[in-house]
Amino acid sequence: MSKKITIEPVTRVEGHGKVTVHLDDNNNVIQTRLHIVEFRGFERFIQGRPYWEAPVLVQRLCGICPVSHHLAAAKAMDVIVGAGTGDGLTPVAEKMRRLMHYGQVFQSHVLHFFHLVSPDLLFGINADPTIRNIIGVAMEYKDLAVQGVMMRKFGQEIIKATAGKKIHGTGAIPGGINKNLSIEERDKFLKGEDPLNVDKMIEWSLGAIEFFKNYQSKNSELIDNMAAFPSNHLSLVRKDGAMDLYHGMIRAVDANGKKILHDVDPQDYLDYIGEEVKSWTYMKFPFLTEYGKDKGWYRVGPLARLNTVDFIPSPLAQKEFEIYKAYTKGKPNNMSMHTHWARLIEVLHSAEMMKELLNDSDLQNDNLETKGNKVYEGVGMLEAPRGTLFHHYRINDQDLIEMANLIVSTTNNNTPMNKAVEMVAKEQMNGHAVITEPMMNAVEVAIRAYDPCLSCATHALGKMPLEISLYNKNNQLIDSKRK
Amino acid sequence: MADIINFTIDGKECVAEKGISILQATQENDIYIPTLCNYEGVKPKGSCRICTIRTNGQFATACTTPVADGMEIENNTEEINDLRKSIIELLFVEGNHFCPACEMSGDCELQALAYRFQMMVPRFTFQFPKRDIDAGNPKILMDCNRCIRCKRCIRAIKDEKGRSVFAFYRRGENIKVHIDPELGSKLTDELAEKSVTICPVGAILPREKGFRIPIGQRKFDHEPIGSEYKH
Repeated sequence: MSKKITIEPVTRVEGHGKVTVHLDDNNNVIQTRLHIVEFRGFERFIQGRPYWEAPVLVQRLCGICPVSHHLAAAKAMDVIVGAGTGDGLTPVAEKMRRLMHYGQVFQSHVLHFFHLVSPDLLFGINADPTIRNIIGVAMEYKDLAVQGVMMRKFGQEIIKATAGKKIHGTGAIPGGINKNLSIEERDKFLKGEDPLNVDKMIEWSLGAIEFFKNYQSKNSELIDNMAAFPSNHLSLVRKDGAMDLYHGMIRAVDANGKKILHDVDPQDYLDYIGEEVKSWTYMKFPFLTEYGKDKGWYRVGPLARLNTVDFIPSPLAQKEFEIYKAYTKGKPNNMSMHTHWARLIEVLHSAEMMKELLNDSDLQNDNLETKGNKVYEGVGMLEAPRGTLFHHYRINDQDLIEMANLIVSTTNNNTPMNKAVEMVAKEQMNGHAVITEPMMNAVEVAIRAYDPCLSCATHALGKMPLEISLYNKNNQLIDSKRK
Repeated sequence: MADIINFTIDGKECVAEKGISILQATQENDIYIPTLCNYEGVKPKGSCRICTIRTNGQFATACTTPVADGMEIENNTEEINDLRKSIIELLFVEGNHFCPACEMSGDCELQALAYRFQMMVPRFTFQFPKRDIDAGNPKILMDCNRCIRCKRCIRAIKDEKGRSVFAFYRRGENIKVHIDPELGSKLTDELAEKSVTICPVGAILPREKGFRIPIGQRKFDHEPIGSEYKH
């Protein structure tokens, strides 16, 4: 008699989801699914609101990376107010937004790695869950915990200086920004008392990469093999092929590195990206239309970005990028757990970019806003911490939004996360009829490699614990565990 | 020389000119009484009741009641403040006030009063009324979700012939503030700006100008409403 296991709720992940695992009569896994079971519906209730409200309203999708939604919506509104598709802002507006974005990527990646993932690495996936958490890290690895907290604080302070608040600010407006950076604010970051200055952030970022590389060298079997599978990879890249987390063209490569989407304009994304709806989850399944639903799915996020870009335009991160690429002999990296390595390289890149921007006197200019001829539709895209983010809006002639389409990073990673869950479930659960806590955590570890937050993808509310249920082939619940 | 009268407020002895309102008299004595529908230079209406005080055992609105010689006024008491807080709560539950995405957040008098009176969760049930946005005017936009029907705009925004640009439309719970189509189409930039300024909430909005004031520079970012008064 076949069985079905459900992991619900998924823990140390923001949002709410569950995993179901179907077993056959021999307790072998025959099907797994990551279900996103909550619905938030921002695309619907933004309808009828004035367009200039979108950057502030839609960022409420998320409390971890609201800046990404804030800026993606603002970029779409730049198009609508005639401020161009990425090249029309004044230097201060463009650079303030970039500073905000790098501060956001920095703090979000740090939260992801130090607070949510490091307990699994430091204590082991099978460790006692009462110790395997951020409090356990603080008790046993105090220096590392302090670094995580202070690095996050630095990023949050950058956001506050550019957006007015650490979470859910208002900095970006259609066609520009509402403030510049004062000398006093700038110096706080450049010359701040240790450890809250940008040089210390770069030093600690390098230290975090070394920590991971060291961990990987000692645990390569786990890090290299867990949920490793070939896939396409998609991200924005700068016109010259460089990494650019704020703006670029859409590029996709296949598992062998062959370009399958050739640097297309984000305004044309609908010509290349489709979304499939499945009855068992609120999260859609994006794919490259040219390759269809079965072969066109792709990964986004740090792993994908380091597979699509040609180089990283900051010296220390570029050096680490070269070491990272050498590990796979220049080929795309398809190892899910290496996402953490890629993530930490982006932490370093973000710190370097913040330093470069803070030293740019354009940030003190007063020319904050640009406007041109209004149009009624616009797309804003950027690379959010978890991956490529699409915001698409259409307004009516009374300035009210009549259509919104958001494809968030987690949605882009829907199929890959399901693949990762399936691989881990097969490895951990084949032959077992009873769910153990380490089994549940192993599945969560695979999800966390991609994303610590699922709420934005369906626009769900609250945190995301995991529940696992075991079903037989008649769909009868046999066992269920909830965290 | 104007007649001077004596009165007390919460036991404090004060003086004022005869004939002015309790609100004006207390303000001249550097004492704060909260207001919402009242606006300097516009004839008081007493519709919101937030300035309710008690004098000689009777509740009265400070903006419309003249101060009198020998009057004993209760203002900053637990009972009266709770009454004011309940009015604020009722205004919140009666409309759709989503401060997080409102461009007047930080400049909104209703929000500022809620902070001052430490409203955490309203004790009344949210009504979630279905209201619309009137976006037909070329200079301003009316978000009826946030209108508290204080009539400030109706009383203050008039054209050169003294005609009100705004008016009440419908009755009872369906009442809404409406822009006169003809007068609204001729709204000058000056009157449009004044109508935005005079609205105590985010119901009258300037077109395409939202969120231009950074957080930290908004009216109530640093001090609670009423901080200009010593008491």
